[in-house]
Formats: sequence, C-alpha cells, structure tokens
Amino acid sequence: MNLVLAKTETGRALSDIFVVARDRLPGAGKVAELRRQAFEAYERAGLPHRRIEEWKYTDLRVLMREVLPLAPAPDAAALKRAGAALKLHAIAGVRRLVLVDGVFAPSLSELTNLEKGLGIRTLREVLEAGDAALQAQLFTPGNADAMVALNSAVMTDGLVLDVADGAALTQPLHIVHIASGAAPSAMFTRSLLKLGKAASVTLVESYIAADGAKNYQVHDSAVISIGDDARLDHVRLVEDSRDAFNISSAVVTLGAHAHFNTFGMTSGSNVSRYQPTIVFAGEGSRVEADGVNLLNGRQHADTTMLLDHAVPNCASREIFRSVLDDRGHSVFQGRIIVRPHAQKTDAKMMTRALLLSDEAEADNKPELEIFADDVTCGHGATTGALDESLLFYLRARGLSEKEAQALLIQAFVGEAIESIANDALRELVISAAQRWLAARG
Amino acid sequence: MPLLEVRDLQVRVDDREILHGLSLTVNKGEVHAIMGPNGSGKSTLSHVIAGKPGYEVTGGEILFNGEDLLEMSPDERAAKGVFLAFQYPVEIPGVATMTFLRTALNAQRKARGESEFSTPDFLKKVREVAARLNIPQDMLRRGVNVGFSGGEKKRNEILQMALFEPSLCILDEMDSGLDIDALRIAADGVNALRSPDRAMVVITHYQRLLNYIVPDFVHVMSKGRVVKSGDKELALELEASGYAQFEDAA
Repeated sequence: MNLVLAKTETGRALSDIFVVARDRLPGAGKVAELRRQAFEAYERAGLPHRRIEEWKYTDLRVLMREVLPLAPAPDAAALKRAGAALKLHAIAGVRRLVLVDGVFAPSLSELTNLEKGLGIRTLREVLEAGDAALQAQLFTPGNADAMVALNSAVMTDGLVLDVADGAALTQPLHIVHIASGAAPSAMFTRSLLKLGKAASVTLVESYIAADGAKNYQVHDSAVISIGDDARLDHVRLVEDSRDAFNISSAVVTLGAHAHFNTFGMTSGSNVSRYQPTIVFAGEGSRVEADGVNLLNGRQHADTTMLLDHAVPNCASREIFRSVLDDRGHSVFQGRIIVRPHAQKTDAKMMTRALLLSDEAEADNKPELEIFADDVTCGHGATTGALDESLLFYLRARGLSEKEAQALLIQAFVGEAIESIANDALRELVISAAQRWLAARG
Repeated sequence: MPLLEVRDLQVRVDDREILHGLSLTVNKGEVHAIMGPNGSGKSTLSHVIAGKPGYEVTGGEILFNGEDLLEMSPDERAAKGVFLAFQYPVEIPGVATMTFLRTALNAQRKARGESEFSTPDFLKKVREVAARLNIPQDMLRRGVNVGFSGGEKKRNEILQMALFEPSLCILDEMDSGLDIDALRIAADGVNALRSPDRAMVVITHYQRLLNYIVPDFVHVMSKGRVVKSGDKELALELEASGYAQFEDAA
C-alpha cells in the first residue's frame, strides 16, 4: 500500500522532477549511472514513513508529503537577497563558502589567500571532471536510506574541501546554505571534507534563509574523512525559516588517534532531520558529539545518530539537550554499535529534554548493540519540566519569571555547548541560544 | 508606618489551614525572633511573605511599607526590599554564582529604576562582602550552592543579603544543619547587617541561635498563631520550660 502511495503521488511527481532536472545534474558516465541507481533505490522506497523503524518518529509522508521541485539556479536578485541574509548571520574570522539555493556562489564566498594545505573545489567540478576515486568517495553514503539515496541522485553542488597532511588551519571554514526565497523548491547538496594525517580544522555549517523565504526544502549531506592523528571541530547551526524542511545526513570516518568534536544546534526549520553516521576505522580515536534543540510552535527536530565502534580502544561521548515549548517535538535516536573485536570501547550517551509546555514531546531511543565483552557503555535519558523550587529561589532574588526561566534554560543547555572548543564559536552559539530565549518574550 | 504589618493572616495549603489569623508588626531597626515547635507555621509565614507559590491566603493582609505585599510577585517583593534567607538553599547546577548574583542584583536595581552595576564595581563589592564572610573566591566560581556544605550555603545566603541590602530580612531556621563554628560565622554576618533602616525576622526552633543574634522581641507561635510575645527573656524561659504549655494554650 505504501508503494502504491509512493508511486501514485510523490513518486510520480518526483520522477518528473528527476527527468526534468537531469540536464542540470553534473557528471556523466559512472556518476550518471550511480545517480540512476540511487534514484531507483529512492523510487522503490518512496518517502520514509513511520513503519520504517529508523523513521518511526519522523514520518515524512505525513510531515513533508512531497519533495518540491529542484530550485532554479539563483539569478542576480536571488544572490542579492542571499547576500543580505548573509550579513545578518556573518561570523567574524571565518572563511565563508556560500551555497545559494543549492548552487555554489563564488561572489559571496572568499576564495583568495587560501591557507597553505587547503584545497577548495565545488562538487559540480568534481562530479564533472574529478578523478574516479574521489567521485566514488562522494557516493559512499550508499542507498540504504531513501532520503540519502534521493540526495545522491539529485545533488547539484556543494564544497569539496581538502586539508593536506600536517596542515593545521587556523581559520575556520564556514559553509553557509542560503535559501533565497524563490518559488517553493528543494535544494540538493553534498559536501566532502578530507582531512589529511595530523591535519586540523574547524568546520562550521549553517543553514539560513533570505527574508521572505518560506516553503523550501534543504536536502544536504556531508562525507567527511579524518586522517590519522587529525582533529576536526565541527559546528552545525540549523537556522532555517520556520516553514522549511531540512533533511541532512553525514558519514564521518576517523582514522587512528583522530579526534572529532561535533556540536549541532537546531532552532530553525519546521521539520528537520539530521542523520550522521560516525565510524571509528582506526584505534585510539575519540568523538564528542553534542547537540541542542531549541524548539517551539510546532517545530520537529530529529537527530538520528549512529556511532560505529568498529575497532578497539576508541571513546565516544554524546550529550544532547532539548528545550521544548508549545508543541515542539524532539527526537533523538542514538545507536551505538560495538563490533566483536572492538574491546576497550568507552561509549556514553546522555539525552535530556526540558518540557516548557504540556503539549511538547520528546522521544528518546537509545540503541546499544554490543558484541564485545570488555567495554564501558552507557546511556541515560531524562525528561522533565523546570524545577519549581529553583524558579522560586531565583524569583525571590529579584528575577522575573522569564529571567529565571532563561537562566535555568541556559544552564540546562550549557553542558552541551561547553564542549565547543573554539571560544568565538562557543560565544556565538551561546548568544544564539540567548536570542532564542529572549524571543520567547 | 511599620515596615511590615501582618494582620489576621489566614493561609491554606491544599485543604488544610496552616495559619489561623496571625498578626505581627515589625518596625525598622528591630530584630524579631519567631519561635515555636515544628508544624506551628513558622516556615509557612516566611514563605507567604516571600511569595512562594502553593499557599492560598484566605484572609487577612500583609502590608510592607503600607503597600499590599500579597499583590506583588516574588521578584517585585525582592526589589522592594524583602529578603528570605532559605532554610534549605537550592543548588543550581550550570548557573555560576557570580552570574546569578549579578543578574539578581541588577534585576532588583532595574526594577527600582536604579542604574545597573558595572562589572568592576560589582566584582569589588562581591569580593569585599565575601572576604568579610570568610567565603573563598573559588566558591563564587562554582555553580550556585553546588557542592557547598550546609555552612557554606548559609553564608552564601548572608552574602546575598549583604549585596542586595534589603530592608526586611527573614532568616528561616538559619541554624539548621550548622555546627557551632559555622553558626558563629553566619551570626556575625547577620549582626554586621543590623541597622536602623533594616529589620530582621529570625525564625528558629532553638534558643541557641538567639545567643548570637540577640532579638529585641520574641514571639511564640503555636498552631498557626502568635500565642505570646515578649523580649529576649521569653526565649530563655522557653528554653527552660519547652513549648508544651503553649500547645495547650493554643
């Protein structure tokens, strides 16, 4: 019955889109073949729905209903609107790399004076004329998940970043996705970051909208490889418009003695889903994966994370905090796999949700699949309201109800934000959280 | 005009009446002790004055400088000069003590239409007061009351009292959980804040505290009323004879 539904409505509409869009999709030969396979995989499955376990809490057939047509390449007016939005969300001291409506915008990006060891190309270039190995790497996410498959089929552009062995970049790289506010449409992007041995960099990804951009869909994905002894600090900020959809995924592979520190904050978009898969491929590596959701109205944010401890002696920490007002709905599905030989794995996961309203909802689903016997693994989840006795204490000291709530909410999300290593970025995230709190009125 | 005037106060919690027509008048410069057995309503009185939710005032009134205190939110009362030193100060993980102190002080000042403290002025003031109360700097860097001992928590309450400079201080069972040294430090802190412009209401079960904070007036509460008032000698009398006589009287 689901297949019928997929084929009759969303499926057919999308088939048309794929046919229409095909001319705009970079890459021939093997790339075109991989796209075709990916599209077939998507067509077979259709939009994910609640009877698919991984999508149980985020039924896209209900929430999204259809995939919008591919956004047109931005014209001068769209770039101008995007430029204005960029000004409001600028981060000082970073190298900006901007995608507008899913297309790289050199005029809004900074491409000169590259630090030694940094290579920047666009996805379009690489799909059209890159070497076969790199092209194959871009398709590593596979077609098992329908939305990832769709992204593989229709991805139009993105950044392909290369940090050479031993290069310690001091300037963070900031990929900004901007929806310009053209007609209701979807953008499909994929970026790749290859971090060489003993290299280090900070990558910021943010999703924003130009004034007036409402009904749009972001379909993004990242392929990241972190070399031996390398370190990636990653901050992801979803600040899409309140009517938007953001369906994103990431595949991150760590070499030996590597370090991946990732933090995500979702305060924007109507429905968002982020599904990172993090794979330990070398021993002695460490991952800190933290996140904060700040949701109100009818916002829905889903983080579905897989940590694959495929080798011994690696450590992972996950701390997620959700603040939910009105009918806000957060989903955290944290899966940890410890493979049979991955002894001395140390994996911990903690999620907490703060409900500011009776109608808010938090779903936590930890899944630990442990096949090794000498490991330390744990998870915990709590859900609750603000503590009345703490609120009264603060109010008895002169704080208004909103001020008292704001202070306690900040304290609540603080533990997850603290993990951001870069001082300026941490401050940026804290002020973004404060803005959200202030906007509660 | 009295600083605080409680008239015939009747208070319910859930369906039970806790205070049955309590009256109390406190003038500036005075220190009043309220004594009584457990369950006599002492803490309820302090909570109702501070504005804690969950209490239903079914009769009577509370005037503060002639204004209707019961109409005000807890934060408005704090800004007007009401301070409750909690019997059990809460721990607030993730909120740094310094952030909390500055936010609270500035919120009160703002509500009164006064200018906010600058950071250097604020730090100077906190350090002065902390030194006087024997509060180490590292305590100020921790989360509010997080990991504090009983004595440290009480000193933190007195630190706030000294910073906010309220005109009415209510000390709810300040001696509970304190050893004699901790009690002395806390009491010294309180005594340093005695002033002709400030009144204190010291709620305690034991006379011991009143050796350190010597009251001008002592009231005995029993079953939700003040059943006897006198001077500090009354506390000594109670110490000798116990509360039983008043339980019968009430």
